Amino acid sequence: MLKKIRVVLAIAVIAILTFGFIDFAGIIENPWLQKIQFAPALFSLSIATLIILVVGTLLFGRVYCSVICPLGIFQDLFNWIAKKTNKKKKYGYKPERPWLRWGILAALIVAWIFGFTFLVSLVEPYSAYGRMATQLFKPLYILGNNLLAVISEKTGSYTFFFVELTIRSVTSFTVAVLTLGIIGFISFKFGRTWCNTICPVGTVLGGLSRFSVFKVQIDTNKCNHCSLCSRKCKAYCIDSANQAIDYSRCVTCFDCIDNCKQNAIKYVPVWKKAKKVESASAPVDESKRQFLKSALAVATMTPATLAVKAAEHTCGCDIREKLVPLSPPGSISHKNLLQHCTACHLCISKCPSNVLKPAGLEYGIGGIMQPVMKFDKGYCNYDCTVCSEICPNGAIKPLTVEQKHKTQPGKVAFSQCQCVVEVNGTSCGACAEHCPTQAVRMVPYKNGITIPEIHPELCVGCGGCEFICPVKAIFINGNEVHLEAKEPENTKREAVEDFGFGF
Amino acid sequence: MDRRDFLKTLAAAGAMLTVKSNGVMDIMASTLPGTATAQAAADNYADMAAIMNGEPAAMLRAALEQLGGIKRFVKKGDKVVLKPNIGWDRTPELAANTNPELIVEMIKQCQSAGAAEVKVFDHTCDEWTRCYDHSGIEKAVKGAGGIMVPANEESYYQEIELPKGKALKKAKVHKAILESDVWFNMPILKNHGGARLTIAMKNHMGIVWDRRAFHSQGLQECIADITTLSKPAALHIVDAYRIMTDNGPQGRNANDVVLTKALFASTDIVAVDTAAAKFFNQFRQIPLETVSHIENGQKLGMGTMDIDKLNVKRIKL
Repeated sequence: MLKKIRVVLAIAVIAILTFGFIDFAGIIENPWLQKIQFAPALFSLSIATLIILVVGTLLFGRVYCSVICPLGIFQDLFNWIAKKTNKKKKYGYKPERPWLRWGILAALIVAWIFGFTFLVSLVEPYSAYGRMATQLFKPLYILGNNLLAVISEKTGSYTFFFVELTIRSVTSFTVAVLTLGIIGFISFKFGRTWCNTICPVGTVLGGLSRFSVFKVQIDTNKCNHCSLCSRKCKAYCIDSANQAIDYSRCVTCFDCIDNCKQNAIKYVPVWKKAKKVESASAPVDESKRQFLKSALAVATMTPATLAVKAAEHTCGCDIREKLVPLSPPGSISHKNLLQHCTACHLCISKCPSNVLKPAGLEYGIGGIMQPVMKFDKGYCNYDCTVCSEICPNGAIKPLTVEQKHKTQPGKVAFSQCQCVVEVNGTSCGACAEHCPTQAVRMVPYKNGITIPEIHPELCVGCGGCEFICPVKAIFINGNEVHLEAKEPENTKREAVEDFGFGF
Repeated sequence: MDRRDFLKTLAAAGAMLTVKSNGVMDIMASTLPGTATAQAAADNYADMAAIMNGEPAAMLRAALEQLGGIKRFVKKGDKVVLKPNIGWDRTPELAANTNPELIVEMIKQCQSAGAAEVKVFDHTCDEWTRCYDHSGIEKAVKGAGGIMVPANEESYYQEIELPKGKALKKAKVHKAILESDVWFNMPILKNHGGARLTIAMKNHMGIVWDRRAFHSQGLQECIADITTLSKPAALHIVDAYRIMTDNGPQGRNANDVVLTKALFASTDIVAVDTAAAKFFNQFRQIPLETVSHIENGQKLGMGTMDIDKLNVKRIKL
């Protein structure tokens, strides 16, 4: 029964959460399951959420890992397939390797302190899943949608519309593929070993769940030492010989309760039954340790070696060479983004204008995969505040539309020597047309035509000009710390009272 | 083959030609702009209707009356397309997009003439779903029984040749236009930083996929060139209920907008743009010669700037 509840909840959670990532049409306006994840709550310092998660774990054990964490549920799926395809699949008991778990956690904290947030992002479970959803599942969803669009267009309906299908970042796509491959493989072969060895959230919650009130417990009077529970435990945490369970690794999946033919395992408060001493450590399986070490090495090294060079601009102007990347409006500064963002890619997936893209080395090695504004596919909509509303990590702080109108993540630069108007002597004005603040405006040039004039102090860095410019003569340079844009003056034109057709 | 079979085959062949009638057939079937005016004169219709002091729907009804009624343009069973300006993520009061009330009335008119369907689209500048939504046009169109068609993706477009074009020799045009029986051009009158004014000719940029080419190959010539497409709009209806005098085509706020309550409609795109431009000049001076795509259109034989020689009906409601 408990297992059934767990499975139903887990499926609901992963379905809703995944849809929140892939839903390009904005059917779910404010994905909330993303906001109750542990790492986002920690990075955004959402005290209430953290208290609920910590107290919840202290009461019920690592329920989080089985029904809230998308990467945990995702691994259970692989595990389920493994069991379905191999009826004899068994795990057994392995002693805990606390030094490895806590060592990795400590190393990640040190990496974060020194600005290598990228390493944290790689293994933080919610973000790792978010990237898989955005980079891998969303393209499949779009593909399905586009097939439906073909069919619906034939029937004269436009309920489904075409959506462009592109891979925006080779680095992030590769990371997502590797994450899927490595974690999929580990969970297929070794159950929840990732969660109990590498996952920093698993380690923290494991530390807490040792002391949880409700625990899966073996009734020593009923137990006949058949060890079935242990063989079926994907967390390798039931020492059936000693009738002991390592609660730091138990993810409260209730598989053992379901499997026990003696009905000897119950999920009850600790006071219902005297607790058995946890078993002493057993010899370490060196080969597996070696495997995990190399897996971690691969997971951390590959993206760095595959990382593409930051976008280069072909323009010969000096000003181009100083190009500073733009972090999303609301992210306050590159530093704030670096400290808070674990690259879950929710903002990248939900940006309606396709402006946000995973960074290569624009922010340095520590900021690989964090969102950066790029104007090759679109520009930041003046009134849109989607990314700031949905960021669960507090890396992009919420902005009202009014606040966004005054936020300057970067400002316009113009090289007139490249402009169509100057070079060809023909009208253009595409940049000014797309400028919402008149930071770029058309002023009289010669022969009745107009040429762009820039007012960077008014610029909100939306990139409309850069996006539309046919010759890349105008572009946005980022502000490492976002500034406040000045308010442009209102048009003052004398009212015309008496007018007719005029011809 | 007996006679009955022969007739059946003939009918089938005729039907096939009708279905496949885009491309070559269109060029054959399309009326030349000059002849449209000549035809209008012969039928005693006005060449242009200029209406003032009414609500958008009432002004459109008055204009259509002068131009021979909707049935002159829409036949029973026609697939109709309306092409308003929905370029920007702006509310109707800010006059960046065509007035939704005007579009609703046009849909009703087409339906009254027996249109099989009325599709509405624009290749927007701002993110398209926001434009369709905040312009109020999507809701209005659906409410009136029209169909909102997406234009956000290249696969909705098909390349056509523009043999008469000087700078623009081909363009990818939205399939809704190419597959329609009749389409109407429904721009709003606005200031425009690059083109100086955006009216009926400039509104054609919203039927095209790659607009950057326009900007790099000479905007004012390309605007004129695209209007030479083999399937021209049957009628150009210029919304001047509210006009954007400054900071166009996007506008910043209501200070850029004047309530002018006017509408211009004509089968002659050059004439209607000339008239609307002259109307605009009462509020802000933008010399007609600087809006050079209008003159370029005249040079291509798309119509006349000499509106004094036309039969213009001026009506103040």
